[in-house]
Amino acid sequence: MTFESLNIAIALPEVFLLTMACLILVVDVYLPQEKRNLTYVLTQFSLIITLALLLSNPAETRVLAFNDLFVQDAMADALKLFIIIISFGVFVYSREYLQARNIFKGEFYVLGLFSIVGMMLMVSANNLLMLYLGLELLSLCLYALVAFNRDNGNASEAAMKYFVLGAIASGMLLYGMSILYGLSGSLNLSEIAQAVTNAEGAQNIGMIFALVFIVVALAFKLGAVPFHMWMPDVYQGSPTAVTALIATAPKLAGFAMIMRLLVEALGGLQADWQQMIIVLSVLSLAVGNIIAIAQTNLKRMLAYSTISHVGFILLGILAGTSEGYSSAMFYTISYALMSLGGFGVIMLMARQGFEADNISDLTGLNQRSPWFAFIMMILMLSMAGVPPTVGFWAKLAVLTAVVDVDLVWMAIIAVFFSIIGIFYYLRIIKVMYFDDAVDTRPLECGRDMQIALSTNGLAILALGLYPAALMTLCVSVFN
Amino acid sequence: MFADLPLLSLIVWLPIFGGVAVLLSGDKGDANGVRVLSLVISIATFILSLGLYAGFDSSTSAMQFVEKTPWIPGFGINYHFGVDGFSMPLIILTTFTTILVVLAGWEVIKKKPAQYLAAFLIMEGLMIAVFAALDAIFFYVFWEAMLVPMFILIGVWGGERRVYATIKFFIYTFIGSVFMLVALIYMYYKGGSFAILDMHAMPLTLNEQTFIFFAFLAAFAVKVPMWPVHTWLPDAHVEAPTGGSVILAAIMLKIGGYGFIRFSMPITPDAAHSFDWLIIFMSLVAVVYIGFVALVQKDMKKLVAYSSIAHMGFVTLGLFVVFQIWENPANVSGGGAALAVEGAMIQMISHGFISGAMFLMIGVLYDRMHTREINAYGGVVHTMPIFAAFAVFFSMANAGLPGTSGFVGEFMVIIASFQANFWYAFLGALTLILGAAYTLWMVKRVFYGEIANEGVRALKDLNARELTIMTTLAIAVLILGLWPAPVVDVMHASVENFLQHIAVSKL
Repeated sequence: MTFESLNIAIALPEVFLLTMACLILVVDVYLPQEKRNLTYVLTQFSLIITLALLLSNPAETRVLAFNDLFVQDAMADALKLFIIIISFGVFVYSREYLQARNIFKGEFYVLGLFSIVGMMLMVSANNLLMLYLGLELLSLCLYALVAFNRDNGNASEAAMKYFVLGAIASGMLLYGMSILYGLSGSLNLSEIAQAVTNAEGAQNIGMIFALVFIVVALAFKLGAVPFHMWMPDVYQGSPTAVTALIATAPKLAGFAMIMRLLVEALGGLQADWQQMIIVLSVLSLAVGNIIAIAQTNLKRMLAYSTISHVGFILLGILAGTSEGYSSAMFYTISYALMSLGGFGVIMLMARQGFEADNISDLTGLNQRSPWFAFIMMILMLSMAGVPPTVGFWAKLAVLTAVVDVDLVWMAIIAVFFSIIGIFYYLRIIKVMYFDDAVDTRPLECGRDMQIALSTNGLAILALGLYPAALMTLCVSVFN
Repeated sequence: MFADLPLLSLIVWLPIFGGVAVLLSGDKGDANGVRVLSLVISIATFILSLGLYAGFDSSTSAMQFVEKTPWIPGFGINYHFGVDGFSMPLIILTTFTTILVVLAGWEVIKKKPAQYLAAFLIMEGLMIAVFAALDAIFFYVFWEAMLVPMFILIGVWGGERRVYATIKFFIYTFIGSVFMLVALIYMYYKGGSFAILDMHAMPLTLNEQTFIFFAFLAAFAVKVPMWPVHTWLPDAHVEAPTGGSVILAAIMLKIGGYGFIRFSMPITPDAAHSFDWLIIFMSLVAVVYIGFVALVQKDMKKLVAYSSIAHMGFVTLGLFVVFQIWENPANVSGGGAALAVEGAMIQMISHGFISGAMFLMIGVLYDRMHTREINAYGGVVHTMPIFAAFAVFFSMANAGLPGTSGFVGEFMVIIASFQANFWYAFLGALTLILGAAYTLWMVKRVFYGEIANEGVRALKDLNARELTIMTTLAIAVLILGLWPAPVVDVMHASVENFLQHIAVSKL
């Protein structure tokens, strides 16, 4: 083993971000509370540099590093790009929110950065261990962050629930991976893929046994029904800043995990996992959309809405074609951007001692701030899949991919549940526009937040008017 | 002179960007500023749309003013506009009606006038784009986007039960259209193109056609609306502000009829043929049954809403009766099919004027008395003689009096239906009696008799703004009634081509 074979250069963004996270951890300890802003600035600065490093070295082909533990390919680059941009947005939105609650602490940023490193490792994993370690780095940071506001009972409950269920899921995953290792004799994804494709592997009941555990674990992490129970509680119980962190970028990492495990390693078992994912997808679409109608808490509603979006993402994946994967990726990226904006609006409305997380808190937003009511309307329409927003193209892409593999009935089920889904998004628009404001205090927030949120909302609209660029990116990744 | 300009793009985007400008100028400053700005934009759009008429070549059925650039290459979706004899008159109807709507809301809308006017302008652009789009997904984008401003309009400026009405409106239309989306995707999967004209030429088996036909039917029948999926319309109309009702009745319903012409019939001619009895049945139920329903309404807007459904029944009747006209052995000459389709088109345009006028009339009364109950009125003619004259005129037109545009379309469709089946014509013709009954009975109760109460006694007659609106519409109704030839001429080539196309089986 030589140093060259490590090929550290291609993992430079991760290495840099990890170094910065450690550095910030140390610096932050010596900062008095009134200078905490420095932590924030350093965090954002590291993200920007990471982004620059990422862009400066795009993958032309598939490159391996660290003795095949780490892979850089077009999909990894694209997903990391959005993970960083979206995390940057989360940090911008959450600054004032944290300050108003006296939880503007270095831990948020340090744990946040570590979780980003975890996501990036998951995205670039080429080895079962690497994948697992990335996932655990992400999850452990998130468990801690959920309980971050430690005096809050709801948050502690959510963290406990998240931790216990997350640990079970990790256990499932490890169990599945161990069987896989036993049968294939390797932890390397490409070698597993070979073991699976040879005739004996594909018929091996043990492989299917491993597959079941892996699919269950993936469903847990993504929040697909019937493994979705943790999501509403965690979304509602966590401080909104943390919810935004959980609900956005990790879904991109989750998508990458599915691609690496199911498609790259277990592609030979596609016929088997397709069946399982059909069930997960239909259930997610149904449960997510129907139960969301009954919610009065906005964060909880968005949790169920996420479940239904996961159903759509799985729909794209189960098509099992490169169009299907690219449509699922397009959907995941669009979803992450919409979700980011949605939680951004909640944080915008929140202020000291007031969470603004009930649907009724949005009442009459058009009177208080026509502009942000408009932004929220775009976000809701996009989640509902109404053109001209990016959410429509995401649904169109997924439906096209599904119809392409002759699963027209799946497409019909999906649109049927989107019809049900549209009701609760319309209700948000209804309270913002049709009802009179009870609370007439103007919204107070910093310029940075206003600009970021406006950009976020307009990006949803702009991507809806010209989706070709993002679509081309997603398609090129899987060619 | 218009050949070099991307005229359709201009007509679509001018009101949309104008609407955004109106929106951005906000409600803080002078309300008159945004009103004038909106009026200028709507008039400019109208004048530009007249360019379509001026530059239109009525000798060909080919698409004109075509603009085509790739929009989303990944799916082969193009930015593709073009008009033929069907869409061009409807676009002019849209731009014309929008001016009246902007005027109608002038002083009446006090709550956030900039948002109100902007919604209308943006909606205008989107509706024009629906008529002009030649790419199915491009069409679908505008078709859905159009719902959003209307949803807001009814919800914010509507009456008491506005939330119920507007959510019902949105969900009904949305349900219909998503199934259309699946059908469009299916055809893309089969044929590899989203261009509407490619879909016309695409071979499809009868099973596929049936599936696609019903998916389209779900979308367009809700929009028209056809019995039995019409129930959203009375609610939406009653709760919508006057301008919203006008746009809804005059333009949005036409998009349903247009959809049958542009999508259902040419893409699935065999399914349309085998299910024509269903559509004819639904149309006749609309004409007769809904006519009776209109008779018993107590609310003027609801009455006009039901009469709209009955009148739109003629559009679908005229379109789908052509198959039976061809098949009827007694029809020796084989003529009548073109008459039916042209009648349906004339009926759409005429209904645009008349229903718009009827809703504006009710708006005039509502602005003064704040009630639409027929019982709350009586003897309005004594205090508002000029208005009453217009009201009687438009009511006559609504009842289909010869000389008005209301007569022409219905008469053409009835005559054509005779070539198919006597009973279709007989039942259709009942509308002339029913229409006269419900409209004139309303006029009698509202306008004639003794002055009913102090409110009516204090009424003031039309002001200059209202007078302008009414006169313009009255002229339009008269011209189309007395001399429909210019409109028929521009669509003639397209109608012939349409009939030739649907006469050829795809099987």
